[in-house]
Amino acid sequence: MKFKYSPMDWVFKVVTAAAALTIVVIFAGILFVLIRESKPAIQAFGVFKFIFSTDWDPVKESFGAATNLFGTLVTTFLSLLLAMPVAIGIAIFLTEIAPSFLKGPFGVAIEMLAAIPSIIYGMWGLFTLSPLMGNHIEPWLQNTIGKLPLIGILFQGTPMGVDLLTASLILSIMVIPFTASIARDAFQLTPAIVKESAYAMGATKWEVVKNVVLPYSKLGVFGGAVLSLGRALGETMAVAFVLGNNHQITKSLFDAAATITVTLANEFTEASGRIYLSSLFYIALLLFVLSFVLLTAAKLLLFKTGKQENPR
Amino acid sequence: MNIDFDVKGLNFYYPGGHHSLKNINLQVYKHSITALIGPSGCGKTTLLRCFNRMHDLYPGNRYDGEILFEGRNILTQGVDLISLRSRIGMVFQKPTPFPMTIFDNIAYGLKLRGVKKRGLLSEKVEHALIQAALWNEVKDKLHQSAYALSGGQQQRLVIARALAVEPEAILFDEPTSALDPISTAKIEELVEELKKDVTILIVTHNLQQAARVSEWTGFLMLGELVEFEKTEQMFTSPREKLTEDYITGRFG
Repeated sequence: MKFKYSPMDWVFKVVTAAAALTIVVIFAGILFVLIRESKPAIQAFGVFKFIFSTDWDPVKESFGAATNLFGTLVTTFLSLLLAMPVAIGIAIFLTEIAPSFLKGPFGVAIEMLAAIPSIIYGMWGLFTLSPLMGNHIEPWLQNTIGKLPLIGILFQGTPMGVDLLTASLILSIMVIPFTASIARDAFQLTPAIVKESAYAMGATKWEVVKNVVLPYSKLGVFGGAVLSLGRALGETMAVAFVLGNNHQITKSLFDAAATITVTLANEFTEASGRIYLSSLFYIALLLFVLSFVLLTAAKLLLFKTGKQENPR
Repeated sequence: MNIDFDVKGLNFYYPGGHHSLKNINLQVYKHSITALIGPSGCGKTTLLRCFNRMHDLYPGNRYDGEILFEGRNILTQGVDLISLRSRIGMVFQKPTPFPMTIFDNIAYGLKLRGVKKRGLLSEKVEHALIQAALWNEVKDKLHQSAYALSGGQQQRLVIARALAVEPEAILFDEPTSALDPISTAKIEELVEELKKDVTILIVTHNLQQAARVSEWTGFLMLGELVEFEKTEQMFTSPREKLTEDYITGRFG
């Protein structure tokens, strides 16, 4: 049997397809520009040498990505470490504990928190969190955890409040609402009937969450964590003020550092030489690839959770 | 015959005051099988879920009246729901294995009660699986995920899980509605087998099923218990015209 399409159908098809195509074109365009612009730096420093070099010396025109990658990865993972327990707690409260009249307002509050522009988090970080950290929290940490063997190393130096720890904390606050709402969605995938049958066994709320809801949604929560990782990875304005701009690999969380995004934001205007500019494009390319890989992994995980082992 | 549950003047209201069970009176006898039948929305599942207070999981539900279990009204405020539910098991419309191994599924209720000894757990798990006629099929894969089993096996697993804690009664809420005929036959056989150990209440859409397995049948409509009678009696010469119309397929 042959179907006849009306001309409108055809137009409709073409217009929507064109709209979809813009995504691919933009993606390819960005990648193309990044690669083209970083070419001089790629030729000058290679791939592995660039990634592992801690040089960042505009005067000698010798550049490497290691310090930026270090700052990016440390703040990202640390922020996630700080955010996950809180986010999961929020999600459990919202799905299992909160009385229904609280669920709505709480959900909205979380979404509003997620909508605050990151520059505002950055300003708050600079004017409120940073002094608080530098004057009170970090000295206290230094006098307690800092005295312990092994992990004590992480808390050495002069607490200034402009450092890896403060930046990670700001990032974690930014990421919490996002992570919490994904975790909430994952928890809601647990079929009510499975939860009910755990309650029908005489399980308490905590036992149902621990033995049924969490195992059931762990892939989804993990996927959400990776998505948040992607967010934290690319975040610039929230950390730009409270990280310092220190191209060094440091031992202590109380040291200033640099992330890829912060370096880009700070240095593009002053990048004079061709290699300098090209190196900035090069680290941008690395960030692009890193985010792409992480997001793909997250999507795969979420996809897997969606069609996982649903009880028949 | 001993009465296990004595339901007296039970009324049930969903949030917003929807009056979904109206003055229900019936007796469930110890170690018997009682079926609840009726058209969709008649309140049979609502009634079943009163026996283990499942309605308490959601806010705004209200009971009125009594269900006496061993002489005590289980609908009062002070009842310990955790211990009530550990004595009255429940099996749902769909198999509900937990995301853990077969062994851990069966041992779950025992672990909740603080049983930790591996030896004792193994013994009880094996016993429950034998009771649920599943042992031979799963004895070599106890430590695999319960999701690897077929639907019918999963439902027997859930029954074994309920049996493992040696409950006094088990509530079945349309236990075979998601299963094929062969699995259904196995579950029915199992249910009949179980009544020597537990009291059974079963909600079913399937009239033949009620006729096959139960000794007593309650017919509900619009939240009222129209007739409660020996199954044989009900399916051969029902007292009420409504019952006759329903079981002869004139509506529903």
